[in-house]
Amino acid sequence: MAKIPKIALIGNPNAGKSSLFNTLTGLRQKTGNFPGVTMDKLTGIWELGPKNEIEILDLPGIYSIYPKSIDEELVINILGNPAHPDYPDMAIVVADASNLKRNLLLFSQVRDLGIPTVLALNMIDVAENEGYVINSIKLARELSVEVAEVNAKKGIGINGLKLAVQKTLENRFSSNDGLPLPVSEELITDIQIAFGEVDPYRCLLWLMEHDRMKMFTKAQCADLDQIMVKHDFEPKKYKSAETVKRYEFLTEVVDRCVINLNRQWDAPPVKTWTDRLDKLFLHPVGGYLFFLAILFVMFQAVFTWATYPMDAIDAGVALLNDWLKGILPESTFRGLLTDGLIAGIGGVLIFIPQIAFLFFFISMLEETGYMSRVMFIMDKLMRRFGLNGKSVVPLLSSVACAVPAIMSTRSIGSRKDRLITILVTPLMSCSARLPIYTVLIALVVPEKNTLFGLFNLQGLVLFILYLLGFFMALFSAYIMKLILKAKEKSYFIMELPTYKGPRFKHVSYTILNNVKAFVFEAGKVIVAISIILWVLASYGPGNSMEDATNRIKIQNPNLSGVELSNKIAGEKLENSYAGHFGKFIEPAIRPLGYDWKIGIALITSFAAREVFVGTMSTIYSLGGEIDNENATIKNRMRAEINPQTGKPMYDMALGFSLLIFYAFAMQCMSTLATTYRETKSWKYPLIQFGYMTALAYFSAFLVYQALS
Amino acid sequence: MRTVADLGIGEHGFISGFTDEKLSLKLLEMGCLPGTEVILTHHAPFGDPIAIKVSGYTLSMRKEEAATILINSI
Repeated sequence: MAKIPKIALIGNPNAGKSSLFNTLTGLRQKTGNFPGVTMDKLTGIWELGPKNEIEILDLPGIYSIYPKSIDEELVINILGNPAHPDYPDMAIVVADASNLKRNLLLFSQVRDLGIPTVLALNMIDVAENEGYVINSIKLARELSVEVAEVNAKKGIGINGLKLAVQKTLENRFSSNDGLPLPVSEELITDIQIAFGEVDPYRCLLWLMEHDRMKMFTKAQCADLDQIMVKHDFEPKKYKSAETVKRYEFLTEVVDRCVINLNRQWDAPPVKTWTDRLDKLFLHPVGGYLFFLAILFVMFQAVFTWATYPMDAIDAGVALLNDWLKGILPESTFRGLLTDGLIAGIGGVLIFIPQIAFLFFFISMLEETGYMSRVMFIMDKLMRRFGLNGKSVVPLLSSVACAVPAIMSTRSIGSRKDRLITILVTPLMSCSARLPIYTVLIALVVPEKNTLFGLFNLQGLVLFILYLLGFFMALFSAYIMKLILKAKEKSYFIMELPTYKGPRFKHVSYTILNNVKAFVFEAGKVIVAISIILWVLASYGPGNSMEDATNRIKIQNPNLSGVELSNKIAGEKLENSYAGHFGKFIEPAIRPLGYDWKIGIALITSFAAREVFVGTMSTIYSLGGEIDNENATIKNRMRAEINPQTGKPMYDMALGFSLLIFYAFAMQCMSTLATTYRETKSWKYPLIQFGYMTALAYFSAFLVYQALS
Repeated sequence: MRTVADLGIGEHGFISGFTDEKLSLKLLEMGCLPGTEVILTHHAPFGDPIAIKVSGYTLSMRKEEAATILINSI
């Protein structure tokens, strides 16, 4: 089979690129990885006709090929390097017709690179509503390119786009105008001699952006630097002059191809919906109130509505486990399958409803254009703490999971702001902490209504924990702002797009992709740990397991049945590898009020904190005196007695000490791995791990000593 | 010299130049070209960032960034 052609989808943010991608590919999409980059690579198959398939690659939205942030670098790394595995056969540049000139800037750059290009004019209806009529046939002739009018949202004009793409794929025609601004011919020749015969504009791209392009070795970069010095070439000056020149040309083109009805009738500018909504959303008081209201609904959904499907998943997993235990004969394999593997998978699946709800809200806010307003009103506040208006999205997302949150920091242009955001994001309470909070709060906080019965005390404590995480993130960011040095100034030049109705199809794809990423990425770690934990808790050094069984049998000759097997299980756990680990670290965690059983849970949750509840139920179901009627983890923990005081183990002091510890501690391998990938250095995950663990330890210590 | 940062809400001016070379490329790419009209449409709470209408759309930027865009009011 012949290799199927590849098309890169390029366009300004908000030009409708993702809409078009979804319309063309439908459900035939997949996310993968770009070699050497962690950015999700979204590709899909577009069926041009029977047995005529094309691979479409969705590239991040950009305004110009000159990158300003890390996610934008990807585009030149692919388009600038013909040897790149994702180098496309042609490109479709999606342009917002209601803002044609600015969108054509990017188009003209892509075309000048020598890539065959089709221009897809989107949002023509919006342009027409604003009084602009575009003569796309004339535009096609002026730019010597195939132009297709599409309505990406409604899926109109796709046949025209098909024809344009087929034509362009056949003749491979790239209407290269050469250089936008002339440079000395020797400069181009020097580059072409050293790096190969390519289009002059691509030569200049190499010359100006080689630091950001992975295709060049250090030696090659030095060569390019030398050429630059030899010809006294100043990239910044050239880029600015080039941009002005392109706009001059494009202004003429647009003047010839677009009729402005407003100007002819000299009508007053129309007051658009966007203007009206911005009056409310950007209002000094109303804007914040509205944002708070949205946050309130969002949290309500994540913490209240999501509990129904979560309970269902929990019950389903328990049911499956009971059923398997019923039909399978007692064996090591059964234990590993039910208490190890299935319990582990259940621990992953249970987070799906919350993550789905959260990404529903986040993608709705982004889809409608409201998210940039949030960044706008939050920028000044966040800046005081060394963050950036754009840090709002990662901080919000990390309420579900820090992994996608850290990946979403790529759009932050300033390296320092981005680094601080990455480092403090895991302090926000993610959904993995929720089950721990729930269990511990239920144990130590009475179920009482306060404040005229409006608020439930337990709910209030939960809310305070979330606030605590948020304020600790701000505080840590502030400290880091003082420590870290900035090489470049941060900037906040950002389009405020017009408001649009959300495309639910796109929202559902976003949810689906994020849930998938969570289940497979975080899930792998959690399942692996559950299995390791099961092994560590079921086996011990030498003959210790048999010895434990015999010891109990000799010590308690009168016991039999359930009581005996529980006692044996408890003794076994204490002598297992896990028990030894727990006892080993007990001296270090004594001051926080923890014993070796909690020690086991702490060790296992250093890989993934969601393991805590699972570990607790493993430890107590293996070791506690269970009455079978009421064997929930909560009741088992409540029944636990402190051997030194004779009072319940889980009192206020221990409960709050644990809550604070889990709120601040860095207990997630996936997050550390993501920080490493995103910062490309071990330094930052180590800093992150170190400062968060210290913070957790000392805060928990203070809380325990103050309360006990 | 007046800059975009000096504009009040609803006031307008025409871009005449830039004072920061690095920012100017980003601003140019976003359609802030010499001779183009800008109108200040919104202040964020606490007066910063600001939003301007330029080249037919709304662009937000910080006040210090707006102060690098020189304007003539004609």
